[in-house]
Amino acid sequence: MSNQNIGRPVPRKEGRAKVTGAAQYVDDLALPGMIYGATVRSQVPRGRVVNITFGEGIPWGEFTVVNASDIPGANAVALILNDQPYLADGVVNHPEEPILLLAHEDKYLLEEARRRVFVEVEPLPAVFTIEDSLAQKEIVWGEDNVFKSFLVEKGNVDEVWRRDDVVVVEGEYETGAQEQLYIETNGVIATASAGEGVVVRGSMQCPYYVHKALVKLFGLPEEKVRIIQTETGGGFGGKEEYPSMIAGHAALLAWKSGRPVKMIYDRAEDMAATTKRHPSRTRHRTAVTRDGKLVGMEIDFVIDGGAYATLSAVVLSRGTIHAAGPYECANVRVRSRAVATNAPPHGAFRGFGAPQSIFALERHLNKVAPAVGLSPEELRRRNFIRRGETTATGQVIREDVDLAALLDRAFELTDYHAKRERFARENENSKVKRGIGFATFMHGAGFTGSGEKYLQSIVGCEATAEGRVRVLAASTEIGQGTNTIFAQIAADALGLDYERVEVVRPDTGYVPNSGPTVASRTCMIVGKLVESAALKLRQTLADDGLLGETFTQEEFERACREYVERHGSLRVFTQYRQPEDVEWDDEHYRGDAYGAYAWAVYVAEVSVDTVTYEARVEDFVAVQEVGRVIHPVLAAGQIEGGVAQGIGWALYENTVWQNGRMANGQMTNYIIPTTADIPPIRVHFFENPYPGGPAGAKGIGELPMDGPAPAILNAVEQAVGVAFDRVPLTPEAVMDAVERELVEA
Amino acid sequence: MKEILNNVDEANTGEGRTHDGGRVSVRCTVNGEAVELHAYPLARLLDVLREELKLTGTKEGCGEGECGACSVILDGALVNSCLVPVAQVEGAEIKTVEGVADGDQLHAVQRAMIECGGAQCGICTPGMVLAAVNLLERTPRPTEADIREGLAGNLCRCTGYMKIFEAVVRACEED
Repeated sequence: MSNQNIGRPVPRKEGRAKVTGAAQYVDDLALPGMIYGATVRSQVPRGRVVNITFGEGIPWGEFTVVNASDIPGANAVALILNDQPYLADGVVNHPEEPILLLAHEDKYLLEEARRRVFVEVEPLPAVFTIEDSLAQKEIVWGEDNVFKSFLVEKGNVDEVWRRDDVVVVEGEYETGAQEQLYIETNGVIATASAGEGVVVRGSMQCPYYVHKALVKLFGLPEEKVRIIQTETGGGFGGKEEYPSMIAGHAALLAWKSGRPVKMIYDRAEDMAATTKRHPSRTRHRTAVTRDGKLVGMEIDFVIDGGAYATLSAVVLSRGTIHAAGPYECANVRVRSRAVATNAPPHGAFRGFGAPQSIFALERHLNKVAPAVGLSPEELRRRNFIRRGETTATGQVIREDVDLAALLDRAFELTDYHAKRERFARENENSKVKRGIGFATFMHGAGFTGSGEKYLQSIVGCEATAEGRVRVLAASTEIGQGTNTIFAQIAADALGLDYERVEVVRPDTGYVPNSGPTVASRTCMIVGKLVESAALKLRQTLADDGLLGETFTQEEFERACREYVERHGSLRVFTQYRQPEDVEWDDEHYRGDAYGAYAWAVYVAEVSVDTVTYEARVEDFVAVQEVGRVIHPVLAAGQIEGGVAQGIGWALYENTVWQNGRMANGQMTNYIIPTTADIPPIRVHFFENPYPGGPAGAKGIGELPMDGPAPAILNAVEQAVGVAFDRVPLTPEAVMDAVERELVEA
Repeated sequence: MKEILNNVDEANTGEGRTHDGGRVSVRCTVNGEAVELHAYPLARLLDVLREELKLTGTKEGCGEGECGACSVILDGALVNSCLVPVAQVEGAEIKTVEGVADGDQLHAVQRAMIECGGAQCGICTPGMVLAAVNLLERTPRPTEADIREGLAGNLCRCTGYMKIFEAVVRACEED
């Protein structure tokens, strides 16, 4: 293996196309005879559909109309519990639930027509909050509104509360929904017929998820469904499971009309109807000794899943496993539940449950520290997990974790102590208060527990007669750099130039199922398979006597030409095998939850204007140990982008709900950070190679989402002397709390 | 609609206009080439560029003038083409992302965006490139504050903006 490419900032494979406007996203494409599709949705959160009227003034005869009875296969989006229908069949369970589909040649007439379909729904009582759902004000799902629950236990936490050498600290923390806000909305183009099968091109993260869903929707054999990912303008989880829905809709219209159908959501529809980050409520009860040792943690973690189960069980799983953080504590209980409300189902968003539970923990520890007279820093130092110690699920840490070193570096880079002291002094006489705060955390990469074993991912590597190498994987490029890092990894494994390797567009007709592009697994899990496949290709040529230990580019070309002449083609595949030392008990939720964790310390410096009550992040430092950095620019880009999303979640991105529907579904009043809002974000990497990852790399895609919100609110607490325990922290919330303090004082 | 058509006629200093079921012809220059567009007067410039001229580099991100993905340069000013009725561009000079490079030769901003990692998913990139190009045309040596202000109308969800700032600085250094 060479090291020509890994660790170097090689040019992004599709960079030139992106800066010239040549890159083609789904709305840039057209097929001959293509018509447009639209969705008629429920205005009511819950109820029975009693009547549908097609309004006057529309030439309905020209339209293709699809309802639930037109579905050839099963009316369910295949995922985990398959409880979500593609089209409501008499009953609706959330605002924006799809009821009918329409298609027409004229996209403007189509929109007018959509507004003239009147669906009469007899309302049923609905629930909109975690509290009401838990209280079972109304049963809106299953027997008790609970999609899933987990119980993780370590040691004996019940004994701990009775000890007389501990202080007990309680707290409750909440996080709001967050819209992924990829700048390219959801969109697909579908063709479908009983004879030709179904072909869908579109913006997505997981072509094989869409494939599985459409096979069931149409009742077709696997070979008759083909899903092709088009250049995708951002996903962040928002295009993990949702595309199965829009793809199915467009395909149903194509099936019935006999024409290709393009369906692109406008921003308003995308914001109101598609998935968001699960809102959460976490309750902590912690026992700490007077010298700062955490001896008992009891955590109750609840997430709001919306109206259907979809992926909530898995979000709950990750949030549960991350809830007790990177600390050594002998007695832990995490009890968690995902509950139903009558909102559009919540779904995957970078972090996937961990940002929610980590927010609660890192805010809570800043409450625990002063209860025993310690600084937030000192409390962490006395409890950081180390090699040989176990997590809440009993996973033994087998690497040299040194969170203290990360903390030292982060504090050095931010001048943390000096600033904390200076701000404390200066705030008294300043209208703009300042604060500095931090969060320490970990994030597990890959699917939880037995998940990767269940996925059994496959990657292929082929070489043409001309000696060009192609990587065959289902992992999608969605901006994070999949195409580039796979080419780097394959090129180094083969000892070839980076330019010689290309990554094939994910098309289920051509690439094997390497699993979804989620869970921070693309580099660590699939990248490792890319490395193996490339090595296997090289070995195949060597076994045929065509290649020596070392070789030139020309010798490689000659070897490929010869091999292809002899055998017809050169293509090899490798499949995931779980490392021997990973053991997970699904029933008791104990053992090795993840193959590897990345470890991090994030520090935020904030200012709070006591006239406008706006909080701003003035400076941000992100320090993390990630195994190995494959591409320094792409890796830093992931951290910077994730931090920006975390800042948005903490301070700007407020979803306003009215009866289960997002009321502020426009970019005018759902605010994400602009260039004017983002502080300098300074990123530092530590390396500690993980043998299970390609060249030692761990996963990092979701890590940066976990740290910003608690670090920022910890900083705000220093700035204004008030503890805020919910995100987003809006100026209104700051004002209420600060004015209340003034009144009480 | 009728009043607007009339106003357009009044503004017109003598060029013949065809009214084809409400469509008007609009003459302007796009990326240096004279073109004649045929569209409803209130059709969004964004749609006319993409659908009639097949210049799909300009993107729709929000349709409400908030995200800047649809940015074009109109008579030297950076505008959101989703908010520009095509009738308004009569006689105007328009530059889209397709007009930034000089044939095969990329603009300094484009080269810098690739080198610095300023483009991730790429959907905001055409608008961002134009915003940077326009900024440098107006302010050849921008300060950090100028850069932040100049790009504040272009939202990016992937990058956190750091590498976009670096790219603008790098592009200045090249000149």
